[in-house]
Amino acid sequence: MKLSEHAEEILEAIWVATEEKGDFCLEIEKTGVSPDDPAYAELTANALVEIREGMICFRPEGKKEGEMTIRRHRLAERLMMDVLNIRGEDGDSKACKFEHLLNEGVDTKICTMLNHPKTCPHGKPIPPGECCEDARSKGDLGIVTLTEFKSGQAGEIAYIQSEDSKKMQKLMAMGVLPGNRITLMQSFPSYIFRVGYSEFAIDSELAREIFIRKEG
Amino acid sequence: MGKCCNVGTEQLKSAGAIKKVALVGNPNVGKSVLFNALTGAYVTVSNYPGTSVEVSRGNTLIGNVHWEVVDTPGMYAIHTITEEERVAREILLNEKPDVILHVLDARNLERMLSMTVQLIEAELPVILIVNILDEAERIGLQIDLPLLEKRLGIPVIGAATARKRGIGEIRKAISEYRLSDSPLKVVYGRNLERDILEVQKLMQGKYLFARRALALLLLQQDEEVTGIVREAEGGNFPLLEQKVKEIFFERRESFHLDLSMERREIAREVLRDVVTFPEKDLVTWQEKLSTFSVKPLTGVPLLIVVIYFGLYQFVGVFGAGTLVDIMEGKLFEEHFNPWITGIAVAYIPWETIQELFVGEYGIITLGIRYAVGIILPIVATFFIFFSFLEDTGYFPRLALLVDRVFKRFGMSGRAVIPMVLGFGCDTMATMVTRTLESTRERVIATLLLALAIPCSAQLGVIIGLLSKSPGALFIWGGTMLFLALLVGFLAARVMPGKPPIFYMELPPMRLPQIGNVLTKTYTRMQWYFLEILPLFIIASILLWLGKVTRFFEKLVTVMTPAMGAIGLPKEAAVAFIFGFFRRDYGSAGLYDLQSKGLMDGRQLTVAAVTLTLFIPCVAQFLVMKNERGWKTALGIALFVTVFAWSSGYILNRLLLAVGFA
Ligand SMILES: Nc1nc2c(ncn2[C@@H]2O[C@H](COP(=O)(O)OP(=O)(O)O)[C@@H](O)[C@H]2O)c(=O)[nH]1
Ligand SMILES: [Zn+2]
Repeated sequence: MKLSEHAEEILEAIWVATEEKGDFCLEIEKTGVSPDDPAYAELTANALVEIREGMICFRPEGKKEGEMTIRRHRLAERLMMDVLNIRGEDGDSKACKFEHLLNEGVDTKICTMLNHPKTCPHGKPIPPGECCEDARSKGDLGIVTLTEFKSGQAGEIAYIQSEDSKKMQKLMAMGVLPGNRITLMQSFPSYIFRVGYSEFAIDSELAREIFIRKEG
Repeated sequence: MGKCCNVGTEQLKSAGAIKKVALVGNPNVGKSVLFNALTGAYVTVSNYPGTSVEVSRGNTLIGNVHWEVVDTPGMYAIHTITEEERVAREILLNEKPDVILHVLDARNLERMLSMTVQLIEAELPVILIVNILDEAERIGLQIDLPLLEKRLGIPVIGAATARKRGIGEIRKAISEYRLSDSPLKVVYGRNLERDILEVQKLMQGKYLFARRALALLLLQQDEEVTGIVREAEGGNFPLLEQKVKEIFFERRESFHLDLSMERREIAREVLRDVVTFPEKDLVTWQEKLSTFSVKPLTGVPLLIVVIYFGLYQFVGVFGAGTLVDIMEGKLFEEHFNPWITGIAVAYIPWETIQELFVGEYGIITLGIRYAVGIILPIVATFFIFFSFLEDTGYFPRLALLVDRVFKRFGMSGRAVIPMVLGFGCDTMATMVTRTLESTRERVIATLLLALAIPCSAQLGVIIGLLSKSPGALFIWGGTMLFLALLVGFLAARVMPGKPPIFYMELPPMRLPQIGNVLTKTYTRMQWYFLEILPLFIIASILLWLGKVTRFFEKLVTVMTPAMGAIGLPKEAAVAFIFGFFRRDYGSAGLYDLQSKGLMDGRQLTVAAVTLTLFIPCVAQFLVMKNERGWKTALGIALFVTVFAWSSGYILNRLLLAVGFA
């Protein structure tokens, strides 16, 4: 189901009010979308909400849809913050635009890349998706930075993420390339890792830019 | 050919029978060892024109052909990032070697083969040297060299140059080299090939590298290559530039990464079935030692052991104590000086001229005596210690151990190498600061070297001076440490610029080869002596001049208030004037004052602190100017002078207040 942006925003507002604040329904004035917006008709037509006496409430399908919408919104926030390094108001407004693009499998990919985060940057919970349950049951912790590794742990380099192309090239010259196996030898006072038969030492600045898919 | 204009003399030579072979490869793969094995005794080390990077050149005769051998600085890829890499590539671009030996480490074939691929792609005359085979075999790696040679289509030679293995084959391969007619065809993915072709089509100039390789370098936004192409293409260039910009923009996020990954795939394909890995990883004692040295819990005690035995016992007690006693005490004071003075007095009728050679400040009795009797043994033992440690591979480990601490002072752990070297010779260490990444780091390191790191000769003399009063030695050490930390801490806060990043390869730990250590020590000593001996002689002459013209006395009078401010007798000014020529020379001046009984414990301590902080010697100042420019050098000199005096002043007050004598 592909909803309009306004419809998604209304769902989010109801979800926050009912699931997080414990209200039963939400007053239409408080959704942030003007009452004469066609989005209300769209939602009722899809049997997601009911509108009674100026109040808007979830129907069972609507609640599920609302949860997924919130999930996408908070994942988008995480993405802005952790990966794109866009913060503050700018980040929020970009996240708002971005969330609407995250459907049909894209959210799963991003969720995996972000290592199935549990909270948004403001500390609110992100409703888990199927991918999160899967990952938990398989014990797959997804992709983490080298700084989250323990000494002796090994994995496959998933990607390098650096704003500075020179830094990136330095890492690549050390054999830090996606697909190569990397073993962390030591993490204090500096990070020592091994790729092939070579060992390198780097500081935490650089270690934070190496993302690794954990092995068992 | 032969029209190249920037290397006049080189070109003349190669017009004759001399051919040229260049060694390239990553750092630490044994290029220098191979270079030494190929060349004889006549090696020149010089800065590459316009840079501060050193390049060694030597000659060798193979069959009846003379070859010039060039050892290039380490490089990781043809697309260059650092100045060293730029110089290495420039040698390939401008000097047009007849043969290029790409040396790599057998244990890291996959990673390093990427550069071989790039050299082949540039259609350069490459021979691949798979080096350090001995260690690869020891850990159980098997490499099918004939198969590798077949796949690459260029000569491939297995070697262990440090074990003299493969040298004969390498010489033979050089003399028999002919450009391969069927080198590996490097083919990338369809999209990349299309992009390369589009750029290549627009290139019309004549180049020493294959256009295909240049097209890739253009796409990698290589500035230097862009410059070369701009020149060669002339009016055609804007069109080409436009195309390159277009493609780069399309692939902006990931061009470098995509290319590296494609090259890795090519290397993997070439190496399929070539390398057989051992079933089990063998943990060697070197690895155990390595682990031991990088864990803080064991690494710090090891560091203390290294400092205690290496620096204190070997350099301090043995070099600055035993050896100096023999050289200076016995050889000069008891035998050589009386003998030469006798001769001078007998043959030189004018007393003033006698003084020039054998007087209080005589060239021989003072200059040569200090240089040979005191400085030589101390510096020689220090360089042996340093070269030994360098060859074990300990320094990169030390660097990672101290990185966090050094970051507080605005430097990365890498700076530990010049800092340690500074305890040997600050001048040489200032030169080594060029290996640091950012200007900010270099300036902070230069400042600390100028201010707070006493060189070995100076240390030897000061420790000798103050050792009779352990309290004084303690105060001196504590003050120096405190001030060094303070200045570093402040510099890191005040200096503009980004904090440094730290990354370093950890070469395997090895037992150094004595021959190598001695060669390095010898080269360093040679440099040191060529640099300091003239200064000592000039200093002696100036001091003598100052004495006969009485200018010196005037200067001492002028400086008396300054000395008085920090509570020193006016005679101490002599040591400070000496100090400008060589720091250690200045300390040695204090030594004289003490033996004459002119200073008490407090004065000696204050003088030692002020003098250690005080102006770096002439040589160090000149190197500072060369490396950092006039402005920075003068700025540092001014700061150091003011800081030294203020510290001396405050320390003197403090010591007076607590009644230290
Ligand atoms: N075991 C072994 N060690 C080697 C070999 N070649 C070089 N080394 C060591 O590797 C280190 C680095 O060598 P060097 O020539 O300075 O490397 P460069 O940076 O490429 O010039 C030195 O400690 C050498 O003793 C080799 O064939 N076998
Ligand atoms: Zn998930």
